[in-house]
Amino acid sequence: MRVRTLVTGVIGADTHIVGNRILGMALEEAGYRVIALGALTPAADFVKAAIETAADAILVSSLYGQGELDCRGFRDLCVEAGLDDILLYVGGNLVVGKQPWPEVERRFLEMGFDRAFPPGTRVEDALAALAADFAGRAV
Amino acid sequence: MSLALLIDFGSTYTKLRALDLEACTVAATAQAPSTVTTDVNVGLDAALSLLARELGGLPHFRHRLASSSAAGGLRMVTVGLVRELTAEAARQAALGAGARLVGSFAYRLIAADVAHIAELSPDILLLCGGTDGGNSEVILRNARALAESALSCPIVVAGNREATDEATAALNAAGKMALPTANVMPALDRLDIEPARAAIRDIFMRRIVAAKGIDRASARLDHVLMPTPAAVLEGARLLADGLPSRRGHGPLAVVDPGGATTDVHSIGVGEPSEAGVIKYGLPEPYAKRTVEGDLGMRYNAATMVSAVGLDAIAADAGLTAAAAQAELDRVVSDVEALPGRETQFRFDEALVRAAIKVAMTRHAGTRETVYTTQGPVQVQRGKDLTGVGLVIGTGGAIVHARDPAAILEVLLASATEPGSLRPRAPKLAVDAHYLLYAAGLLAQVEPVAAFDLASGNLQFVGNEATS
Repeated sequence: MRVRTLVTGVIGADTHIVGNRILGMALEEAGYRVIALGALTPAADFVKAAIETAADAILVSSLYGQGELDCRGFRDLCVEAGLDDILLYVGGNLVVGKQPWPEVERRFLEMGFDRAFPPGTRVEDALAALAADFAGRAV
Repeated sequence: MSLALLIDFGSTYTKLRALDLEACTVAATAQAPSTVTTDVNVGLDAALSLLARELGGLPHFRHRLASSSAAGGLRMVTVGLVRELTAEAARQAALGAGARLVGSFAYRLIAADVAHIAELSPDILLLCGGTDGGNSEVILRNARALAESALSCPIVVAGNREATDEATAALNAAGKMALPTANVMPALDRLDIEPARAAIRDIFMRRIVAAKGIDRASARLDHVLMPTPAAVLEGARLLADGLPSRRGHGPLAVVDPGGATTDVHSIGVGEPSEAGVIKYGLPEPYAKRTVEGDLGMRYNAATMVSAVGLDAIAADAGLTAAAAQAELDRVVSDVEALPGRETQFRFDEALVRAAIKVAMTRHAGTRETVYTTQGPVQVQRGKDLTGVGLVIGTGGAIVHARDPAAILEVLLASATEPGSLRPRAPKLAVDAHYLLYAAGLLAQVEPVAAFDLASGNLQFVGNEATS
């Protein structure tokens, strides 16, 4: 099986990098090729990186509560760049305040993300989701 | 006495430097109008006979090396994938190889792009795209499009390594000369432009020199090694890095305002000089060259004045706007004009100050404050040159200025533009004998003599010169 390429990063004006690093290490250990863009990454940079590296998925982190604003139109950017089928995940503290997760998840799925992950998601859950989604689109 | 002859086939002048390799001095200099479009030997012979007059006959030269920027320079087109990523890396590689960029393309080439490239008829095309293991579809598609085109120039293939064989084969099968080399951007956070630069230089030596008619002088010299801008960059690198037996000057910058363009070279990593600053964007080349096509002392004086503003130039020169306009008209209509009268000196000095200030501002990185919910964060784009220890001015406009220090000082960092990472407190020097290109050439065969010549002939100016 070919090695899948994942682009990771923390979107917007968000400097919380630690969780993203831990996730990146776990993904590499699981055999993925990880292109880590780090903190303070504009949405367009995820897309540019995914084009050059022929990425299979983009994993967006957002921890500071502004994720909904930063991620708006993310799928559209990918479609514009010719990445129609790329797998899109988002996770972290995506919104401010105490909002019920199912509602938050629905908003992000409507934005075009394939999956959204609530705070406290375990690395194993993300790995299992990736495995299942890639199995469904085996090349 | 052991001498080396260094030749610069320029677009206007063929310039010679006879260098004494033991004393590390300039034994003689001469120049004559270039005759590259007819027979390069005519101009070279004229310059040589002037040199012979100074030396009392032409001695045996241990090395006879040349660089060339004649016949339009090394005209290149670059092609990459994403404009800010591999397409930008391709541009950096071409500029570092001393090229004159005539076109830069990104993403999939459409028919009009291919037709445009064929029309531009570059000397070399640099084809990039995709990180290693990344996108290969676009570079392959672009290679096939170029294979089917009327383009006849050599093509350096420096993209995704997994696509290189197939792209090269497609081009070769169509009768194009394709030269595969390492990816200019093997990973998103890594630039690797040296292999592409070496490939470009190799083609330049073997093919372009002949195509431009410079090989007609081959009986008189050993090699035409590289385009002149690449020789200047090599000279700058030698001065900065030094040699095992010679201590280098450390990170430095060179400004070279010319008639048509202004070049800036910087040697150094350009990492943030302050803690806590986050770097953004493409990694920067250690030896970086930028070319400002709209900033020239003569051919592009008009575009420069419109970029800076006539009033600003006039104020700096202490002239009325009308007088400055008259001076501008004069230098644009007579590009060979040298200043003679006071107003002409003042106008030229204002021009060169504007050229190097704007060129250095574009070359140097920036630092800005981004406000996040966790507080303000400093973000750096490009190279931090604040700690550069030496700035060298080369070219007639600086070297022959009445007060070169007063010219060079304008490019230093200023408190009114804290976001511009220009050199803060470097020593200032002029390349008075036009030796940087010569040192870059000579470094290929006698690096120690090249270093001693370039370093020993730097003329320090300003406050540092007397201390």
